Amino acid sequence: MHLDEKIWLTLSFGMIMIFMLITGYQTFALEMGPPSHQETIDPEKVDQTAPFNEPGIKKIGENEYEVVMTLQIFSFTPNTIEVPAGSKVHFILTSKDVVHGFEVANTNINAMVMPGHIQKITQTFDQPGEYLVLCNEYCGAGHQMMSMTISVK
Amino acid sequence: METVITSKEKVTVFNKANQVLGIHLEDARITKSYLLVAFIALLLGGFLGLLQGLNRAGVLELPVWLNYYQILTAHGLLLVVVLSAFFTIGYFYAGLSHTLGGLLPKVRKMAWIGFWMKMFGFVLVVIPILMNEASVMYTFYPPMAAHPMFYFGLVFIVLGVWILAAGAFVNVSHWRKNHKGQHLPILAFFATGVFVLLVGATAFVAVEVLFMIIPWSLGWVDTINVMVARTLFWAFGHTAVNIWYLTAVSAWYVIVPKIIGGTRFNDYLTRVVVIALVIMNITGGFHHQIIDPGISLPIKFMHVFMSLAIGFPSLMTAYAMFRVFERTGRRKGGKGALGWLKKLPWGDVRFLSPFIAMAAFAPAGAGGIVQSTNQLNQVVHNTMWIVGHFHLTLGMTVVMTFFGISYWLVPFVSKRVLTPQMNRIGVIQTIIWTMGMVIMATSMHIVGLLGSPRRTSYTTYGEHVAAQAWDPYMIMIGIGATFLLIAVIIQVYAIFNMMFFAPKGETEFPIAEVEAGEFPTPYLTERWGIWVITMLIVVAMAYVLPLTDMIVNAPPGSPPFKTW
Repeated sequence: MHLDEKIWLTLSFGMIMIFMLITGYQTFALEMGPPSHQETIDPEKVDQTAPFNEPGIKKIGENEYEVVMTLQIFSFTPNTIEVPAGSKVHFILTSKDVVHGFEVANTNINAMVMPGHIQKITQTFDQPGEYLVLCNEYCGAGHQMMSMTISVK
Repeated sequence: METVITSKEKVTVFNKANQVLGIHLEDARITKSYLLVAFIALLLGGFLGLLQGLNRAGVLELPVWLNYYQILTAHGLLLVVVLSAFFTIGYFYAGLSHTLGGLLPKVRKMAWIGFWMKMFGFVLVVIPILMNEASVMYTFYPPMAAHPMFYFGLVFIVLGVWILAAGAFVNVSHWRKNHKGQHLPILAFFATGVFVLLVGATAFVAVEVLFMIIPWSLGWVDTINVMVARTLFWAFGHTAVNIWYLTAVSAWYVIVPKIIGGTRFNDYLTRVVVIALVIMNITGGFHHQIIDPGISLPIKFMHVFMSLAIGFPSLMTAYAMFRVFERTGRRKGGKGALGWLKKLPWGDVRFLSPFIAMAAFAPAGAGGIVQSTNQLNQVVHNTMWIVGHFHLTLGMTVVMTFFGISYWLVPFVSKRVLTPQMNRIGVIQTIIWTMGMVIMATSMHIVGLLGSPRRTSYTTYGEHVAAQAWDPYMIMIGIGATFLLIAVIIQVYAIFNMMFFAPKGETEFPIAEVEAGEFPTPYLTERWGIWVITMLIVVAMAYVLPLTDMIVNAPPGSPPFKTW
């Protein structure tokens, strides 16, 4: 092996390790890990199971909200919510049928929502505006219509 | 005793005939058939790609009887499964025939059985897609359920792949028996790695389809475990595309150095790269599930490492390629820091196309490293960014290498030659394709960062401002797709011309020699048993824990849905 190859490979290895360290630090120390909630539900009894028997938004603290939401072809329930700017919103999600995606354009909210599994993701909305929420996993003929909005006032 | 001698004599005569006359006619017919299917799939898949591009640009409304999701399912399968698999098999079978002294008669038979099984499987897959009974995409995630015929088709395709892999192993082990202590010729070594991976990857999807989806889609069982199905799919789904990449890499190490008039990179390190890519590949698929529920953060973190690890052999390859280019360019009189670049044969499509393919892997690989880390994955998951990423990796890195190969492989198996005119057409084709892909993939990456979802037909989301910001990029995607279809048509014309109409003659199968005075490669590299076992251990480390968790802590399963 030539010296320059050794340097190149050391740098390559180092780069991968730095990636690992940063990712690990963010995941475990800063709690910025990807949505990975591990709670299950009977996908055929979503409507009868708490909290999904009452989907909607609930204020749970100063500037803090909880949104219980079901995803089904081809809609979100509730299909619009409103929060004041600066609110921290906890989303609790599940699917009543096929695999869906929960993405809010121009934010880092992005989570897979699977039937049988409860998914959770939290976001603080600092900027006022009308945010577009869309399903980003192909779910059928009307997939392109599956969207809702979050108004941040 | 006598018979033994005669058969041995026959082998030598046959070998000599092979070296003098080029490829055995019957072996050539196998490769030609595979390549023809591959490029017809390119034509159809490319055409469907243009329809999608124009639809998303908002200039084409698709009829009810041929909707966007049908087209997208067919586009994905034709290009990711048919074009790549048929090209890979045709290319490696020609390589095995050439470097191992011809295919064995029984291997030839296996190649044909595999061919017809795959074709039969594809017919079974295509019928329900055309009838809009299987608009489930390349990933067919349960609980979406296609017509059972779709899944039976997949089974036949996998069986076909296994027969072809078995054929390759039979031929390789026959050669090794007759060449004890020798290293497998390098192209056959790559082929072995590719077929080992093909078996390893398809085993997962076979379990998913045979034991989970088929009983469920036939109604024998009521529900399915969606997480397990999805996890098994990605152990296959990502490995498949990496196999096409490894096929392209084989041409970079073995073929391209010969075309530029040089020698190939260090034989030992080349084999180490192949072994590394084989061992670490299957576990890479898990990063498709970084934002899934039901998988713990430590498991996801371990998989970030498993995905990133594949980057290392790719970075070794990047070094190797430029080292070979520089060495060759300098020997041809290139001076100064970059003078050697001028000595490379830029006007030769057999070099130009794979070179651009390699160059494209720089941004493509960097994008891959970025998006397999936890938080950055969350930003781009299921957006158009991903579509841009795999159009760089597959549409440029892999396919442009395949195009470059076709300009000598097709004349080689057809006993014809590449004329200067056809070379010029190839260069033009390469330039148009590059322009199309650069425009399209760049726009896809940007619009993905702006939130535009993948696998979604034209939509304005009720004239939402966020969606309006995507429009200019969508138009660029349509323009890129138009360039690409023009390039596809030229490429398919070139294939037919070189196969049936080009002037007769002998074309060389370009395999570069090792550099003189290189240290001999340790024989350890040939111990495939060790590498396969290591691969299985790595796979077990990656999958046993999460799969057990998904099965033991499974929610009640899901019934089938047809949502299209």
